[in-house]
Amino acid sequence: MAGKRAAEPFRFCSRLSLTVLTGAKARDLSEFLGHLRTVPESVIYQHTHRFLQQHQHLVPEPANDFAYWATQILGDERLGERLASIDTVRFDSLAGLRDAMVAAIEAHLETGAVCRAVPEGKEFHFMAAVKFSLPTRYEAFDLAGFAEGLRGVSISSLYLHVFEARLRPPLGINDFSYWLDHGLGEKALARKVADLDPYTHTLEGLRARILGFVESRMREEAHG
Amino acid sequence: MARLEEYRPIVGGDTLEELRLLAGQLKGRRVLHVNSTAVGGGVAEILSRMVPLLRELEVDTTWEVIKGGEDFYAVCKKFHNALHGDPVEVLPRDYQVYEDVTDQNLGQMSLDADTVFIHDPQPAALVKKRGSMKNRWLWRCHIDISRPSPQVWGFLKPYVERYDACVVSAPPFAQKLSIPQAMIAPSIDPLSDKNRELEPSEISAILNRLNIPTDKPLVTQVSRFDRLKDPLGVISAFEKARAYSQARLILVGGPADDDPEGAAVLAEVREKAAGNPDILVLCLPATSHLEINAIQRASSVILQKSLREGFGLTVSEGLWKGKPVIASAVGGIPLQIAHKYSGILTHSVDGTAFWLRQLLNEPGYAKKLGENGREHVRQNFLLTRHLRDYLLLFLAAEHPGSEFIRLQRPSGAPS
Repeated sequence: MAGKRAAEPFRFCSRLSLTVLTGAKARDLSEFLGHLRTVPESVIYQHTHRFLQQHQHLVPEPANDFAYWATQILGDERLGERLASIDTVRFDSLAGLRDAMVAAIEAHLETGAVCRAVPEGKEFHFMAAVKFSLPTRYEAFDLAGFAEGLRGVSISSLYLHVFEARLRPPLGINDFSYWLDHGLGEKALARKVADLDPYTHTLEGLRARILGFVESRMREEAHG
Repeated sequence: MARLEEYRPIVGGDTLEELRLLAGQLKGRRVLHVNSTAVGGGVAEILSRMVPLLRELEVDTTWEVIKGGEDFYAVCKKFHNALHGDPVEVLPRDYQVYEDVTDQNLGQMSLDADTVFIHDPQPAALVKKRGSMKNRWLWRCHIDISRPSPQVWGFLKPYVERYDACVVSAPPFAQKLSIPQAMIAPSIDPLSDKNRELEPSEISAILNRLNIPTDKPLVTQVSRFDRLKDPLGVISAFEKARAYSQARLILVGGPADDDPEGAAVLAEVREKAAGNPDILVLCLPATSHLEINAIQRASSVILQKSLREGFGLTVSEGLWKGKPVIASAVGGIPLQIAHKYSGILTHSVDGTAFWLRQLLNEPGYAKKLGENGREHVRQNFLLTRHLRDYLLLFLAAEHPGSEFIRLQRPSGAPS
């Protein structure tokens, strides 16, 4: 039996970015906290998500630059663990994510943590990015086309549709789940994809999981 | 010169498609690169590969080189060292030479391309011509300016701030400037002689020719004989590690005949290595790209124990060959290595010795580091990523102040 067909296709796009430097840097935790409170949200985004794109093949952990600097450079493992364990997936706004980071550092400082300066050359440099959205040649009207697109696009595309999508309207939902539900009427499949914690997978791992869900659903459809 | 399609097996079709889509957005624009030398040096090497690829992508690209006499290049060398933070005396007449040569070049160059991309300090003052020109001017700084001489940077900064944007290679190189600063890391070319795949028979033949025995695991550092590369520290670390592991150290560098300090360092290295048959010091001609490639591929561990580094692309070269790399956490090296995932970052002779011992005794873990490192380089430090970043830079310059740029599929693009 033929599968459902959407009126509007899902258009796979790709996300590319150009890193920009703000020139702001921190030598110790106090300076770091001061900048963290005031830098643009694009800076918060860059440092909590950059790792996912650049190191995605290495570890699925939600490592962020703030936690990495605290652990590896400041040598403050307790703070590093605290920052790394902030559940990025729980936040649907960068303001909320920033507040959580700031609160974690303030709480840490209240415990009497020493605010020592790092050696020259080890400062934390605050960065942002100019983001580009780029259309790919893949668009899907049905599950078969969707699976083909998922297989063919670059991991930058998955990054755009899964991670960035959650931080723009409609907030908190990835593009795939939104289209599967509202475009194709595949509510259960949309739910399954939405329930994945993307921050605990590598991007290739995420691609395999979503593709697995879609192919399983296609087999169900094929068998009536 | 390699064609774009030759990169497909390495970087994948999706990367090439992205490049074509980005380049399609720039169709009809003219880009002019200007630097100070057509051959020799990292900038010319990158441009000689980048410009043909941009043309293949139908971005109308030209490359011009400024002309100057010996006195101009002597001044530029002073500028270069001063921007690196070395104590150098720059005299008023040095600035005058720089200005005069800039003016002479301005009289001979057409700088009306849509994007004028100036590389490094030597041609930086060409921007004085832009006046009311409506084109975009970008300055690419390839050197470490994290601790510049205030005097020389104070002279150059007003010129730099007349550009639309500047580009540096690593976060510590950022300056307080009134213009946007992008970060674009340099890259290696996986198809060059220095990095291309080699057959085992080619590697063996080269090692035989260089009289390098392979009866023990090879530990290699490739760098010029310079104190900042700490070759004596490398020997100390190796000797400490060798107390527990069988291995042979190779220190490979270029000829030092024209560099008095380099010659002195080479002599010190030879003296320290003398009497230890497990340490080989090789001084190879500057064109020995295949030989370096073969030695790196034959090695079990690669070291880069620099005390200071610009970007340190030899780290990416080692990682690209799937080798575990132990390197100092300086300059751009921490961008290339995530400690204990894609290599090892160290801060001392003892730390280097400790990790060298670990990796020689744990080949399984060493192999995993090498595999992760190669993948990290594949995704972040190959020429195609560099090309993509330049295309993004040109596009970003057309949308000043935008944080988000939505590109449309060019009409006529293949579906």
